[in-house]
Amino acid sequence: MAELPERDFEVIVIGSGCAGAVAAYVAASAGKSVLVIERGNFAGAKNMTGGRIYSHSLKKVFPDFEQEAPLERKITHERIAMLNSDSEMTIDFTSPVLAEEGKDSYSVLRGPFDQWLAEKAESAGAEYIYGIAVEELLKDESGAVIGVRAGEDEISANVVILAEGCNPILSEKCLGNPRPKASQMAVGIKQVFELPASTIEDRFLCPEGEGAAMLFVGDCTHGSVGGGFLYTNKESISLGLVATISIAEDGSRNEVPVYQMLEDFKNHPAVAPIIRGGKLVEHSGHMVPEGGYNMVPQYVFDGCLVAGETAGLCMNMGYQVRGMDFAVASGQFAGEAAVAALDAGDTSAAGLASYKQKMEGSFVMKDLQTFSKWPHVMEEWDSMFNDYPTMVAEIFNAMFSVDGQPQQPLMKRMMPIVKKRGLFKLGGEVRKAVKAL
Amino acid sequence: MSKIAPITVNVDEALALDKYEVDEANAHIEVDLEGDLEEFLKLVRVCPAALYKIDEEGNRSFDYAGCLECGTCRIACGDTIIKKWENPQPTMGVEYRFG
Ligand SMILES: Cc1cc2nc3c(=O)[nH]c(=O)nc-3n(C[C@H](O)[C@H](O)[C@H](O)COP(=O)(O)OP(=O)(O)OC[C@H]3O[C@@H](n4cnc5c(N)ncnc54)[C@H](O)[C@@H]3O)c2cc1C
Ligand code: SF4
Repeated sequence: MAELPERDFEVIVIGSGCAGAVAAYVAASAGKSVLVIERGNFAGAKNMTGGRIYSHSLKKVFPDFEQEAPLERKITHERIAMLNSDSEMTIDFTSPVLAEEGKDSYSVLRGPFDQWLAEKAESAGAEYIYGIAVEELLKDESGAVIGVRAGEDEISANVVILAEGCNPILSEKCLGNPRPKASQMAVGIKQVFELPASTIEDRFLCPEGEGAAMLFVGDCTHGSVGGGFLYTNKESISLGLVATISIAEDGSRNEVPVYQMLEDFKNHPAVAPIIRGGKLVEHSGHMVPEGGYNMVPQYVFDGCLVAGETAGLCMNMGYQVRGMDFAVASGQFAGEAAVAALDAGDTSAAGLASYKQKMEGSFVMKDLQTFSKWPHVMEEWDSMFNDYPTMVAEIFNAMFSVDGQPQQPLMKRMMPIVKKRGLFKLGGEVRKAVKAL
Repeated sequence: MSKIAPITVNVDEALALDKYEVDEANAHIEVDLEGDLEEFLKLVRVCPAALYKIDEEGNRSFDYAGCLECGTCRIACGDTIIKKWENPQPTMGVEYRFG
């Protein structure tokens, strides 16, 4: 076996979010010396999500997570709402399949959730430094990463796992990866409202302990590309919006600041009753990468692996946001690849290459690739956010309202509404979207 | 000049619920307040904490104290009027309890 140089730690992990904490847990569980450096004063202090975690990848690392993790609610109701400025059409779907082991998902709050992940890593033997940000990756003459600098301290390691999240400062500065473009990132804004558990269950028609995820398209972002989300927690509701930065910033396409969008969204007649009586307890902001497969940067370097959103791993599909299950899986793979490279005595990019194989061989890269055209379709698809919600409102208004005037047959009432938008344009756009899915 | 829609919400009241350790001595973000106006208006639209402000006379201001550290302003204007974007000094900045 080749000899590795003597370092302070075998593995240093930067960032204790979903990706970093899992990487640290996996490497520490294999007996490696691991240091995690997290800029928050505790894990989760700087983090925000929608959010709901699809549990499949978590289950692989923590088979008993259902008993151990601070999960909020099991999501058994999926709602999709189309909003017009004053109307709403919601689909509410529930089915035992949503609750099946392996397909189940849970709402989480990152404060408690990330602290639990960090505790798992710590009890597996990882050491933690909180409250300080890594400012630089240290390199040797050949350019291989050999450690980190945080403040005055330089700490060396055989492998550095970079899991700094969606604002990839170190990845840009020290690994030469490109800065994400404004068209590849969305800004997320969220508020948490406390409500009694029974009120939440009543409002969402859920059994005790179960909950709903709700996504909104249409007027919630006043026509810019984006959408609203709502997740039920145990005793609170997470409500927020996501809007593509390049569009939200552009005065020719949008004049409404995102915080005003959130205010208008909260006051929408279909949203206000959901949070009525709720006590606002937190206001947060965070970005979401949504460039998909095409924004995945280089993620294997000499002495360094990049995991989670720093590697661009996130999918915003409009009806579904996934980032945490990718982060957990990539953290696991990065931890395993670091262990394998350390055992083999080669932590060069070649020695760490099993990370790439695992990423490409799993749902992580496959799903990103399968849906690689979707971000582009969403961007082009203005109708989804403007025309269709209005059309839906007109259709249902024509169908359900009775005013005592002699009525036209249903078809006669509907066709002018659909024709106004052009049946072919509509069909073509839907086909294009479905193809990208 | 492009427009900003009328604002009816006071985000400062919402931010007052968040926990912060404000670093009075060191601004972790710096913006060129005399720079391109259209760039500044972008920041007014995208900052989720409403920290970039422009009043009716066109006076611009920025207060880093309520920053949520999301990085949006860096992605929007990191090549133009955002002169500095760093993580806050040790133990400083926002601290989410829910997230
Ligand atoms: C509004 C919104 C809604 C979302 N909804 C969902 C959802 O419903 N389902 C889902 O699966 N995903 C969702 N996501 C995405 C999901 O939250 C992310 O994909 C996931 O958190 C990424 O995990 P990560 O470990 O890569 O990064 P993070 O969880 O962001 O962790 C990065 C960590 O690194 C730390 N850090 C950063 N820089 C440094 C440094 N220099 N030194 C030390 N520490 C550092 C940070 O403090 C943080 O703890 C949503 C995201 C947003 C913003
Ligand atoms: S990092 Fe986010 S919250 Fe802070 S000033 Fe920039 S956009 Fe606003």
